[in-house]
Amino acid sequence: MSQPLLQVDDLHVQIAGRRGIVRAVDGVSLEVPTGEAVGLVGESGSGKSMTLRAILGVLPPEARVTAGRVLLDGADLAHLGNSQLNKIRGPKIAMIFQEPMSALNPVMRVGSQIAEGPQVHLGMNRRQAAERAIELMRRVGIPDPERRYRSFPHEFSGGMRQRVMIAIALSCEPELILCDEPTTALDVTIQDQILRLLTRLCRESGTSLVFVTHDLPVVAQVCDQLAVMYAGRIVERGSVQEVLTQPCHPYTLGLVRSAPDVDHPRSSLEAIPGAPPSLVSPPAGCRFHPRCKFAEEDCTVTEPPLRLIDAGHSTACLHFERCLDEVRTEGADR
Amino acid sequence: MSTLPQDTELPRATGPAGLAPPPDGPLLEATDLAVSFSLGSSLIARMRHEAHVLHAVDGVDITIPRGEALALVGESGSGKSTLARALAGLQRTDRGKIRLDGKVLPTRRSRADQRKIQMVFQDPYSSLNPRLTVGGMLHELLRVHHVVPGNEVQSYTRELLGLVGLGEEAVSAYPRQFSGGQRQRVAIARALALRPELLVADEPVSALDVSVQATILNLLQDLRAELGLTLLLISHNLAVVRHLCDRIAVMYLGRIIEVAPTETLFASPQHPYTQGLLAAIPRMTFTAEGDVPAVKGDPPSPLRIPAGCRFRTRCPIAQPICEQQDPALTASAGDPAHSAACHFAFGPVPAAREPQAAGAGAGVPANAANPANAANPANAANPANAANPANASDEGMRP
Repeated sequence: MSQPLLQVDDLHVQIAGRRGIVRAVDGVSLEVPTGEAVGLVGESGSGKSMTLRAILGVLPPEARVTAGRVLLDGADLAHLGNSQLNKIRGPKIAMIFQEPMSALNPVMRVGSQIAEGPQVHLGMNRRQAAERAIELMRRVGIPDPERRYRSFPHEFSGGMRQRVMIAIALSCEPELILCDEPTTALDVTIQDQILRLLTRLCRESGTSLVFVTHDLPVVAQVCDQLAVMYAGRIVERGSVQEVLTQPCHPYTLGLVRSAPDVDHPRSSLEAIPGAPPSLVSPPAGCRFHPRCKFAEEDCTVTEPPLRLIDAGHSTACLHFERCLDEVRTEGADR
Repeated sequence: MSTLPQDTELPRATGPAGLAPPPDGPLLEATDLAVSFSLGSSLIARMRHEAHVLHAVDGVDITIPRGEALALVGESGSGKSTLARALAGLQRTDRGKIRLDGKVLPTRRSRADQRKIQMVFQDPYSSLNPRLTVGGMLHELLRVHHVVPGNEVQSYTRELLGLVGLGEEAVSAYPRQFSGGQRQRVAIARALALRPELLVADEPVSALDVSVQATILNLLQDLRAELGLTLLLISHNLAVVRHLCDRIAVMYLGRIIEVAPTETLFASPQHPYTQGLLAAIPRMTFTAEGDVPAVKGDPPSPLRIPAGCRFRTRCPIAQPICEQQDPALTASAGDPAHSAACHFAFGPVPAAREPQAAGAGAGVPANAANPANAANPANAANPANAANPANASDEGMRP
């Protein structure tokens, strides 16, 4: 594999909270190859959204990157100023948010919002940018784009607004699109439309994706690679199919087993006991050990590093064989 | 304080001993239920050529046998929550009757009737009073409704919390001290405190994290087994529904468009919307090959419900008859437990714009299919024409 498009290196994001420093992202490394889609999954508070925001430099004011690098085409985004980042946001990296209504400008016509990027970044004049916006609206499946160009966001349904967001993201032909739960607020049928649209457009233009979600089946539909986050760290990484069918970290196994599978109903779901740890003072050793059924003495002492166990599959578990054993016995039972 | 034998303390799903329910009748039966909301100024609505009355639930018949878990699924705005609130007596109805144990519930329900249907809401962060401890909340409820004699309130409260998997220390804790999953347990305990016959759960797990969802789903399943609880579950998550429910009712724009036992519905969905809904579920194994979405377009605004069949603007097999006649929810000739509101359900299906999900072709030929077959040759070449004009005007528009 050649040089990845995006390389995140030992990223740390800290938030100054009332009870101390919250280590929201604590040493995350991630590569996004050109043209691939990487999923980032985990529960709320696992740091997946913070990682995404740190990449684009749009962290909330109380959070900051304390260490690590975000390399895009050799440039370190984590240490760029806002004016330099603005040159990258749009033509290099774009972002699609969960709630399009709060990400779109409510008092600006959607056409103008789509045309804004090409005017600023691609040096188009108003007419060219408007034509491009209409063409983009057609590409993302907004019916009657010439007329809808002049509509405001509130005149669109949730699914249509998300299409507008996708059109804005695509407007400057970025190399990378960051998606933060783009379909969580949508109905199943609309989610299906948006996911298909997004994967088709990215395939056509060779755009890479980083896709944050808590929904494993959605990842299975969209992504090639998958990274599972827990308490600010990546605990497992690999190809989507391999991680979902042969999870090598008890947390991933827990996630897979706790969600009902529509094709394979189980008699009873296996919940992960306990609650995610505090990120102010995370447990010593493996952060998952207080909730882990495979935990041993050494798990409470040694913080397991993310290590390669198979081609392209790494885990941060000292006893990952037990996960595999359990998956195999279950497979035999079925 | 005396501790009574366990079985008198546990909330029971059956009614008080004095009122013997009819042996075989359904627990709950609603007929022709309708709920509408009037919106904004009628002048503006008239200028926009819109109805200013939103028909959230528009003539729904629903039956829930005792001990069953029925799921209500559908898109947002399909009226599933409004229907649930109407059944629970939290929403005034325009017309229709709700029978509980064969007795018609009046518009203003007596306290005893209110007790029998209890609700668990979606967001446990906003559905619990932040200024009451869990114990205070439950005690108030038990006092007002005289569920147990005053001297047993304490022990009954502990019993209830134990039932939902919370310890004794929860009695004196405030909602803010609990996590989302624990709050939902408190909400379930509160609903069970009144020994309801029907528990209505409106998206009880969608505000929770995946790993916590499982604990609540397991709890609901255990409670059903333990108490013989009758459950009405509202959810947009079909995996959850398949896991928990015996029967599924699919709603679309204020109507129930298909009802069937869970496995029948998954094996042979009849309504094109149900077929699309099932095909749209993201699966754990990659399936999204191709660019054709399972259901096209957006649901029309409930203020502008299409004439005839409500789904025809998005339907891949829409025919002229669908514009003229509103199909009624009709049971299959072969399987009376399976009903669908489509002219082409349980029978031959006209040529589709796109191939549909499996299961639509099989089945007993039904009378409803006949009139359309006559019209078929003219339209089979491009049935899209019939549906398209309406589609363009509805898609994506919200008033």
